[in-house]
Amino acid sequence: MWVDVLLLMKQELMLVAMIFFILFLKLGRERSNESYISIVNVLLLINLVAGFIGSKQGMLFNEMFRTNELMVLEKNILSLAMLIISMQSSVWLKTHKHVPEFYVLLLSTMLGMFFMISAGNLLMFYLGLELSTIPLAAAANFDLVKRQSSEAALKLIFSSAFSSSLLLFGISMIYGTTGSLTFSQIPPLLTNDPLQIFAFILLLAGFAFKISVAPFHMWTADVYEGAPVAVTSFLSVVSKGAVLFVFISVLYTVFKPLAAAWYNMLFILSLLTIITGNLFAIRQNNFKRFLAFSSIAQVGFILVGISGSSQFGTASVVYFVLIYVFSNLAAFGVIALVSGLTGKENITDYKGFYKTNPLLSWILTIALFSLAGVPPTAGFFGKFFLLFAGAGKGNFLFITIAALNMIISFYYYLRVVRAIFMDENPKPIETLRIPLLPRIALYTCTVGVLTVGFIRFIYNYIHALSTGL
Amino acid sequence: MYDVPLSHVLFVSTALFFIGMYGLFTRRNMITMLMALELLLNSVNINFIAFNKYLYPGKLDGVFFTIFIITIAAAEAAVAIAIIINLYRSHKSIDIESAAELKF
Repeated sequence: MWVDVLLLMKQELMLVAMIFFILFLKLGRERSNESYISIVNVLLLINLVAGFIGSKQGMLFNEMFRTNELMVLEKNILSLAMLIISMQSSVWLKTHKHVPEFYVLLLSTMLGMFFMISAGNLLMFYLGLELSTIPLAAAANFDLVKRQSSEAALKLIFSSAFSSSLLLFGISMIYGTTGSLTFSQIPPLLTNDPLQIFAFILLLAGFAFKISVAPFHMWTADVYEGAPVAVTSFLSVVSKGAVLFVFISVLYTVFKPLAAAWYNMLFILSLLTIITGNLFAIRQNNFKRFLAFSSIAQVGFILVGISGSSQFGTASVVYFVLIYVFSNLAAFGVIALVSGLTGKENITDYKGFYKTNPLLSWILTIALFSLAGVPPTAGFFGKFFLLFAGAGKGNFLFITIAALNMIISFYYYLRVVRAIFMDENPKPIETLRIPLLPRIALYTCTVGVLTVGFIRFIYNYIHALSTGL
Repeated sequence: MYDVPLSHVLFVSTALFFIGMYGLFTRRNMITMLMALELLLNSVNINFIAFNKYLYPGKLDGVFFTIFIITIAAAEAAVAIAIIINLYRSHKSIDIESAAELKF
């Protein structure tokens, strides 16, 4: 029994062990920030490697916790993203007073996400969701003296509390109409009853808030701009990825009987999201805000894949999140470096960046090409699979509009590339020396962006693990 | 058996939910907004308890869910108040309009 618990919950238990270890390190003798950062990075690396060993399928605690190979893979993708973010943020963290607390907050958030991904019960799902948002709000306030950081944290906590109360109201309606909270017992009891549709809409609104789908996206840009870069990249990659994984599993398993209803909702929401994200991204000057709207547009494309509701749909979404981890973190890595060393965050500051920092310019350009979906990079394959999965439903008008929106997105991504390579600037950002950890992280991301699309094994592996509607 | 039918309890909880939502959107004081959030969560609590007592009296799912919601609401309020205190240090105000630097 106990061996089972240890093996099935290994990733969660490792995270708990890490959190307590960091807390005890803090209680011990005084340590320098560098030593904390290197200890935690080694631990995260061990966590990532150990995550790949021996994945099993099973349920625990009366179906409260379930796991299978796809969930283990999803958690490993998130662990990888966490490791990259931790390496990238070392420049900023070195100067900060509270390094262990920062890691404790982010790791507790991760723990919540892992429980949320593995949840087999609405109660467990809710607890995971809250554990993954409350510490994140505290982390968004981590530049304690900056005005914008507090404002971002305030907006994050209020909007996430509001969205989770919408979600809870939906859950209470589901409980009222079905009498059960277990994922496996709910589907047979769902019968397109108006109250159940209402409950589903509330749940969908809660989810849409967390992954910033169009009518509920208002908080995203403000929080991304105000929060420290490390937290922003965590929000845009890890937090969004985790909620997307849960969203798929909840839609495909719990709300399977309502599939006809949610297909139309996803169809409208995804078009609205892509268009809003694209149109607002055009007029941004702050780089973090720009990436916020670009990530909103990306989520719109992911919804296209989800609406396909097939094995291919699940596989393409997980695959795209993997690619998104690499390409978005490569972009955020450069921004974290520049803002950590010079404090500049505007796109206009990047004019003439190529003259002084050719390597960073190339990395940023490859990342932006991948986000836009230009062929040799992985982003193209990711978006292609998403659109292809969406086309499986036969709604070609929808897919055409989505594909046409990729052209608008080229415009604003290439605008940044033009600023980097072509625009003249009398005072460009000076030549930066890249420290070791961010350098490793940037190389990993770039290699990922360039190769993931061509290694057939990765996609086939994800496809073999996924299940459809 | 019960003098009050389920629909009345649900009416109260739904009314409370929308009062909370109205309060959250119209109040400008951050602490009052936090109180409105508590109203939202408590309306959900009433829902759970009512469903459990009237429809599924043999099971305890709803009651347990309520206990967890109360706990988490406390945690959420604690973090929110910490953020508000920190914001007050830099803005010298807890009016939500003062925290409006980030726009569009």
